[in-house]
Formats: sequence, C-alpha cells, structure tokens
Amino acid sequence: MSALFIPLLLIAVAAYGSYKKLDTFSLMIKGAKSGLEIAKGILPSLVVLLTAVYMLRASGAAEAAARFLSPLFEKLGIPPDCAPLMLLRPVSGSGALAIGAEIMERMGPDSYAGRCAAVMLGSTETTFYVIALYFGSLGIKKTRHAVPAALLADLTGFIIAALSVRLILGHG
Amino acid sequence: MGFIWLGIAAFSLLFAAANGSIDQVSNAVFEGAQAAVELCISIAGPLCLWSALMEVMNESGLSLLLSRLLSPFLRFIFPHSFADRECAEALSSNFSANLLGLGNAATPAGLRAAKRMASLPGCENELSRLVVMNSASLQLIPATVAAIRGSLGSAESFDILPCVWLTSVCALAVGLISARIMEGRGH
Repeated sequence: MSALFIPLLLIAVAAYGSYKKLDTFSLMIKGAKSGLEIAKGILPSLVVLLTAVYMLRASGAAEAAARFLSPLFEKLGIPPDCAPLMLLRPVSGSGALAIGAEIMERMGPDSYAGRCAAVMLGSTETTFYVIALYFGSLGIKKTRHAVPAALLADLTGFIIAALSVRLILGHG
Repeated sequence: MGFIWLGIAAFSLLFAAANGSIDQVSNAVFEGAQAAVELCISIAGPLCLWSALMEVMNESGLSLLLSRLLSPFLRFIFPHSFADRECAEALSSNFSANLLGLGNAATPAGLRAAKRMASLPGCENELSRLVVMNSASLQLIPATVAAIRGSLGSAESFDILPCVWLTSVCALAVGLISARIMEGRGH
C-alpha cells in the first residue's frame, strides 16, 4: 500500500488541479522553483554548520558524550546519539538539520537512532525562532507561558519520537 | 548561533588534542563542507517535487478543504478569535499551509492572525496558543527529512510517516494543554 501512496498522491493532486481547470503544469513549475529556493537557502548555513559537526564527529567527542549520557537516555528510551540534535533543535533549524543528517549518515538511515533523528526533525519546529518571530513582529516583550509550553511540547516530541519508532517500526 | 558554532569547533579541536585525533579533525573540516553541498544537491530534487505538489494542492483549494475539515478543531482552540471572520480566515490558511509544509505561506498568514488577535480584546491566551501551535510541527509530509533519508539509501524513506504523525499530534497536544494550564496561573 505504501508503495502506491506517493505516486497515487501525485496523480490525484494533479488530476484535481486539472479538474479545477488550473494550469497544473505552470503551478508545479512555480512550486518546484520554491523548492529550489529552500535548498539554495539552506546550503550556506549547512556548509558552515556541517563543518563544525564533522569536526565534532572526527574528534570522537560526540561518541564520548553519547557514552556519558547513555544511562540517562536509556531511562527515557531515547538513543543517546540523538542528544546533540535535541539540544540544537529548538534553537537552530539548519543546525538541527545538519546534525540530524550526520546521525542518519553515521548510524544509517534505517537504524534505530537514524529513524529517531528523522522523526524528531520531522515532528518538531525551531521553537525559539517561531516565538521570537511572532512576539517580535507584534512588539510584545512578555512571552508569558509560550516558551515553557512550547519546550514541553518539544520534549514530549523527542520522547514520543523514540517510543513510536520502537513500537511502530519494531526497533530494539 | 555564532557562539554555539565556535563552541562546537573549539571543543572538537581541544578534545581531538587530548584524544590524539587532530589529523582526523583537520580532514573533517573540508569533508563537512563537501558533505553539505552533496546533501543539498541530493535533496533538492525531491524537495522541488514536493513543493510542486503542494503548490497545486494550495492553488486548487485542496488545502482549504483540508482546513475546513479541521475548522471544528480551530474553533475549539481559538473560541474568541475564530468568531472574528478575518482572524478565522487567517488561522485557517496558516493551519492548512502548515499541514502542507509551506512555510512561506504559513508564516505570513500566522502573523496576520496574530496581529488581528492582538487587536481583539481578551485574546492574549489565544495568541499564546497560536504561537505554541506554530512552534509545534503540523506538517503532514516531512519532505526534507524524507529526502535526506532517501539520499542516504534508506529502503523506504517514508516509512517514518506514522511515527511523525503520532509524535506531532502528541507534542501539539502537550503544548496546548500545558499552555492552557499555565494560562490559569498567569491571571
């Protein structure tokens, strides 16, 4: 079923667009252009950030930290390799993407830690950026309970990410 | 962010000096830079395709249909501001653009809704809820992550979808519920 899902989705959306008498082809090109803009937009920060992430990996510090943190993370059921990702996720979107990609590459995209990293990236947002953007654009200084509530959501996301990978995809 | 970067790089070098892995770290500098470009190129294709699809969904009204289906949820979370027509419209397009992962469309709509809420009396709590909602991920198809997995040779790059959905829903629920609880104490 999942093998058919994506091609069918593509065709269904294109068919619906044509049914609505839209210029589907031009729209797709316009959309693809914005996809290219996204890729172009993340490239510079990815270069700078992955350099630091690769240095960290080569130094052996990332593994040492994972070993050090593993008792705590085992209690939460989260692979310790995902610790740097969790720290960076609320602060920097491209930083998290760089670390997440590195975890997926090192551990393998279909490994437990690799899948956890992917789910964490796919189900959380750059919390502090969003909060700063919304309150900043309104000129509101007091963010009240938005920060703790959003961070609690992130923490929940990290724990459920690991839990769901174990339960649904049958790891460990 | 500058300090974080400096911290990571300096710490790596110090750790490498203690660990005897200076050579590896020095090689890693350009390996990292190269890997970034390779990663970016290999995810650009899938990313463009998804953006193309989402554009059609947005323009054809499919996304509006989606948000209409979900409007009872929005009305429940934003009882005051959803009664305001302008605000409801902005909230709906913010929500549907978020579902489709169209950040470029979601942010202006969200800011429009936030501005409107700030001008309506008694909507401070709903404004916080809007921010919490946007700081959680509502994306149905995590295109970038799936593209990275695919570029690294994943057998099925979308097999994480149910996990992503479950995780997003749980995180959003906890965010909104804890916001609701803390609202009570703020007054």
